[in-house]
Formats: sequence, C-alpha cells, structure tokens
Amino acid sequence: MSAPTPRPAAEVRRYLLTWLALLGLLLITLGSALVPLGSLNIVLNLGIAVAKTLLVMIVFMHLSRGAPVVRLAAATGFLWLALLLTLTLSDYLSR
Amino acid sequence: MSADPGLHLAEPFSDAGQQRDAATLGMWIFLATEVLFFGVLFAAYAVSRLLQPEGFAEGSDHTDLLLGTVNTAVLLTSSLTMALAVRGAALGARRATTAWLLVTASLGVVFLVIKGIEYRQEYVEGLVPVLAFDYAGPEQTGVTVFFYLYFLMTGLHALHLLIGIGVVATLAWLNARGHFTPDWHTPVELTGLYWHFVDVVWIFLYPVMYLVARA
Repeated sequence: MSAPTPRPAAEVRRYLLTWLALLGLLLITLGSALVPLGSLNIVLNLGIAVAKTLLVMIVFMHLSRGAPVVRLAAATGFLWLALLLTLTLSDYLSR
Repeated sequence: MSADPGLHLAEPFSDAGQQRDAATLGMWIFLATEVLFFGVLFAAYAVSRLLQPEGFAEGSDHTDLLLGTVNTAVLLTSSLTMALAVRGAALGARRATTAWLLVTASLGVVFLVIKGIEYRQEYVEGLVPVLAFDYAGPEQTGVTVFFYLYFLMTGLHALHLLIGIGVVATLAWLNARGHFTPDWHTPVELTGLYWHFVDVVWIFLYPVMYLVARA
C-alpha cells in the first residue's frame, strides 16, 4: 500500500521548492552550455537532466510515497533504456 | 460502500486502496513502455551524433535557444500546476482543482504555440528535411540527420502533449461537474503521471536539441 498524503501546507511547500529547483537546474544547464567545457558540457547537461527527472519523479509523481512495486516498475523502464543505450553505444564506440 | 459517483470497486479488488494501487502500477508500466518508445529515438540520436558531431553542432546552432528554454520553463511549471491539481482533487477542493487543471492545459497550449512558431521559423529558413531543406554547407548530411531527428522527436513529443492537453481539459470539465471526490479521483492521478512523463521527455529533448556545442 502507498503511504498516506502528507500535511497539506508541507506538501505545497515541497512542490514549490521542487519547481524552483527545476528552474534553477534549467538556468545552470543553459549557463554551462554557453561555457566551452569540451566533452564536459554533454556530461553536465545529461547529468542535470537526470537530476531534474529524479525531482519530477520523486516529488511530482509521488514515487517517494509509492508502493515498492511501483518504484520497481519505474526503475525497470529506465533499466531497460540503460541496456538499450549501453549495448548500442558499446558497439559503435568500439569500432 | 460509499455513494461516490465514480467509485466502482471492480471484481478482483478487496478495497479501494488496492484498486488505486493497481491502477497506479498499470500507468507506471505503460510509462515504462513509453520510456523505451522515446528511448530508441534517443539511441538513434546518440549513434548519429557520435558519427557526425560537427553536423549536429551545426544543426543545433540553428535551433531557437530562447524559445526552447522558455518552453522548458513552461513545461516545468505545468508539472507544478498539475501536481497542485492532483493534490486539490485528493483534498476535495473542487474549484481549485478545476482551476489548476485549466492552467496546466493552458500551459501545454502555450508550449505548442511556441513550438509552432519554431517550426514555422525552421520552415522559412529551409531546415525541414524532405519538405523544405535548403542547407548547403559542408555538414549537410549531419545537419539533415539532426533536423530529421529534431522534427521526429519533438513532433512525437508534441503529439503526446496534445493528447495530454485534451485529457486534462476533459478532466477539468468532469471535475467542475463534481465527478471526482477525495475517495476517488484516480483518472486525475494517472493523468498527472502521464503529464509528468511528457515533461520528463522534454527535459531530455531540450539539451540534446538546443545545447549541442553552444559555447
């Protein structure tokens, strides 16, 4: 069973803080993209995208209070994506 | 047994909580398949960019960084309003929930309008492969592949968003008519999950399309 809904006011504050964090990460990814960092740019951008995704999934999509099987389903989707990307890229990167 | 208009305890479930958990799991499994649906396009992007990095840098340079960034902020905000709508439904705040749902749908429309403006810009500049492509620099092949993926991936995303807007608007209408209660508002919750997923797809589309070699 999933956990009960938290206290109303605390929940709104959590959402707002998460939204501000998302916008902040957006500014960071934009700003860092304008600075020449070589291959670090793409690493940083993807890392920030992953961070944003985790914020959206854990806070907005309620994974923080989701039943374990739901978290498992979410993780599995991304695990399969990781397999797809890893196996495909390992082919091309070793040519 | 409650008298909620929408609650209908289906056969295999012993209580409403279990039914809701099953619905949530079902939606997440669907979203996992969608991750792979978009994921394969991201894999194609990764390979293509690996093979022609200069072409992708050149192509990305022709995307509208300002509009793309604004659109990202629009979608991130729509996720906030959607989360507030789901919360409103859980608390039975009918008017607030309807309002938040309408704001969410509106932000989705704003995104599509801005996207349309970008598409039109790209059409005028001759960057649409097959239909209107005039780019003739040394990186023509790479730029072609980049924009092919750009239109395919953002177009597919826009289609998902359009469907989401339709569903959210419908939910707003249903909610205004008292269709949802704190005990049963599963469609709102599940649509919220879908909406956040569409946002997540864009969270990855933004850097791979707009931020390639911007420095």
